[in-house]
Amino acid sequence: MSSDYEFSDDDNEYYDGMDMDDDEDVEEQDDDSGISEEEMDIELARGGLTSAGKRKACEVDFDTVTQDAVEALIRRDVEHISSIFGVSEDVASLLLRHMEWNKERLIEKYMDTPTEISVKAGVTVTPPRPPSPPPSGRLASIRSKSSALVAKRTTRRSAAESASRSKVVTEPLVQPETTICQICFDDEQSEMNALSCGHKFCVDCWAAFIRGKIREEGEINIRCMASECSLIAPDSFIRTVLSGDDDTIKRHQELIVRHYVSCNKNLKFCPYPGCTYTVSCPSAASKSALTTIVPTVHCGASENHIFCFGCSIDADHRPVICPVAKLWLKKCQDDSETANWIKSNTKECSKCQSTIEKNGGCNHMTCKKCKYEFCWVCMGPWSEHGTSWYNCNRYDESSGVEARDAQARSRASLERYLHYYNRWANHEQSAKLSVDLYAKTEKKMEEMQITSNLTWIEVQFAKKAVDEVFKCRMTLKWTYAMAYYLEKGNQKELFEDNQRDLERAVEDLSELLESPIEAENIPKLRQQITDKTVYVHKRNEIMLEDTAQGFLEGRWKWNVDVEGF
Amino acid sequence: MALKRINKELTDINRDPPVGFSAGPVGEDLFKWRATIMGPQDSPYKDGVFFLNIHFPTDYPFKPPKVNFVTKIFHPNINSDGSICLDILRDQWSPALTVTKVLLSISSLLTDPNPDDPLVPEIANMYKTDRAKYEELARQWTREYANLDRQQTNPVG
Repeated sequence: MSSDYEFSDDDNEYYDGMDMDDDEDVEEQDDDSGISEEEMDIELARGGLTSAGKRKACEVDFDTVTQDAVEALIRRDVEHISSIFGVSEDVASLLLRHMEWNKERLIEKYMDTPTEISVKAGVTVTPPRPPSPPPSGRLASIRSKSSALVAKRTTRRSAAESASRSKVVTEPLVQPETTICQICFDDEQSEMNALSCGHKFCVDCWAAFIRGKIREEGEINIRCMASECSLIAPDSFIRTVLSGDDDTIKRHQELIVRHYVSCNKNLKFCPYPGCTYTVSCPSAASKSALTTIVPTVHCGASENHIFCFGCSIDADHRPVICPVAKLWLKKCQDDSETANWIKSNTKECSKCQSTIEKNGGCNHMTCKKCKYEFCWVCMGPWSEHGTSWYNCNRYDESSGVEARDAQARSRASLERYLHYYNRWANHEQSAKLSVDLYAKTEKKMEEMQITSNLTWIEVQFAKKAVDEVFKCRMTLKWTYAMAYYLEKGNQKELFEDNQRDLERAVEDLSELLESPIEAENIPKLRQQITDKTVYVHKRNEIMLEDTAQGFLEGRWKWNVDVEGF
Repeated sequence: MALKRINKELTDINRDPPVGFSAGPVGEDLFKWRATIMGPQDSPYKDGVFFLNIHFPTDYPFKPPKVNFVTKIFHPNINSDGSICLDILRDQWSPALTVTKVLLSISSLLTDPNPDDPLVPEIANMYKTDRAKYEELARQWTREYANLDRQQTNPVG
């Protein structure tokens, strides 16, 4: 570890070392005076800790949480509410789900208006004299004139009433003389079952209905099958009806976990397909935090399940912060065909930012994810449209003029954009090709084992080099996104210097990896690659660390409006 | 399951024909129905006959039927493709609802448009600001397109 070429954490010494011409130095030195394999491992594996033992600015603290652990959290909340309110756990769960797992708000609201909350949460049916907002007020079209339905509704309400008062459970839809399930009309049906509202249907229908809701629609709250009944099936009912179908019960449980996680700002579900892990990262929970840190995390299932806690990018987008990364990706997409399609066919929910495609129906949209109601035309909240909805079809001439101006400007800046985009795309492409490089390198490693007397473990340096190249190309890729938005000035120049150094080092290492293998130069090549890998790793650290530090110090200035700045 | 239920609904409609509309399968396929709605008396659609297509999904009644107007109609909640903006055909669907109830709802939608949830904002706007003009145009379209003789000589759909 006392080699002259070990890179120290002391910056001055380090930069001094960098001024030297690496290639020459490497050639001059003896084989064993360079960085040894073990040293490389130590260098590469030092993880998030600097020499002082402090966490680096470019990394965040996070914990990984299993599905079982989230379920335990949910159980704890449910039991807590259940004991405070003196209600069953089924009811507590429905109440918590309705209040998006916000225990404090639930307790507050429940103390004020227990009935109202219970009705809204689908725990009980509407009481005889309904309080201010009726639960299913959107059935506007069949209200009034259709006397048949109105008549039916009243019967049902009174029936539900009596059912809740006395324990007489009668099916209001069913004619007295028949007990046939009003959904399938099957004479050989299974037994009947009902929620506390008393709307009886056969168990087969219940099972088919609930299964469809869970499996196809991913719903956690499943309403009673009777029309206009707003009661929600409690978990125990779902388990009874679906008994034997453990997959669907498990799926329902998973959906509840996902709902809990999505309602909790400190938690995020691992986006990798089939993964059930959750990551907890309280330091990145607020929007303002995202202007100073890039919360790159990975879940407990695999270190490869890397994603950003702060945004929807399922990858490590360091060094650039989420709002800028988002701006860049949007910009890149705007120039592709898919993006044009998305642009012309979808919009983002103005509350939760989910992409929404409108495939029919009217302009009154309800976001499937967050249930936010808005107008498709103006994207404003629907609540404001009660009286002024027609504002939405006013043609704004000035916006047309602006659009044309913007187009002219964008043409002028297209060239600048392409400069950055081409480099971005190049690194992305190269990173994708690293799969090939990996295969090629493996072949070379085998070759080396044959032509020289190196063991399997001794040729692993090549694999590590490929990994490092891939990682650095990802960093480089995002540095171009960052540089595109950085305001001209000294800071940007420093940034681009770091970028250039890293890029040069990465390209050198790539070249070394591609160079042909001859028996006599294997030891030298091995030394060169090992040294270069460590150097590249260092350069990458510097790039990430300096940029992260810059965010903390507020050093970076943008040439566009960036969220939070 | 779906077939049994559809059959049951068909029997009910035939046994006790509803007033103001009719419905039944188009051909051999019981999952494809054609319905007719008479324009309600207290609406500008009166004397019109409106044809609708009803497609049942295979998992009916757990999923709503797809209902479309075939006859052109001037209405804030029905667009030029014949799509209907009605909550019970979407998220408010319940397996306990039936074709009869859906048609009843559509019929009452003709009498009472819902301009606060418009599918065609221009018509909704007119309905809110210039009711007379809306009624006049709705009557005109009804005479023009929902005329039974004409539809029979030039079958639609």
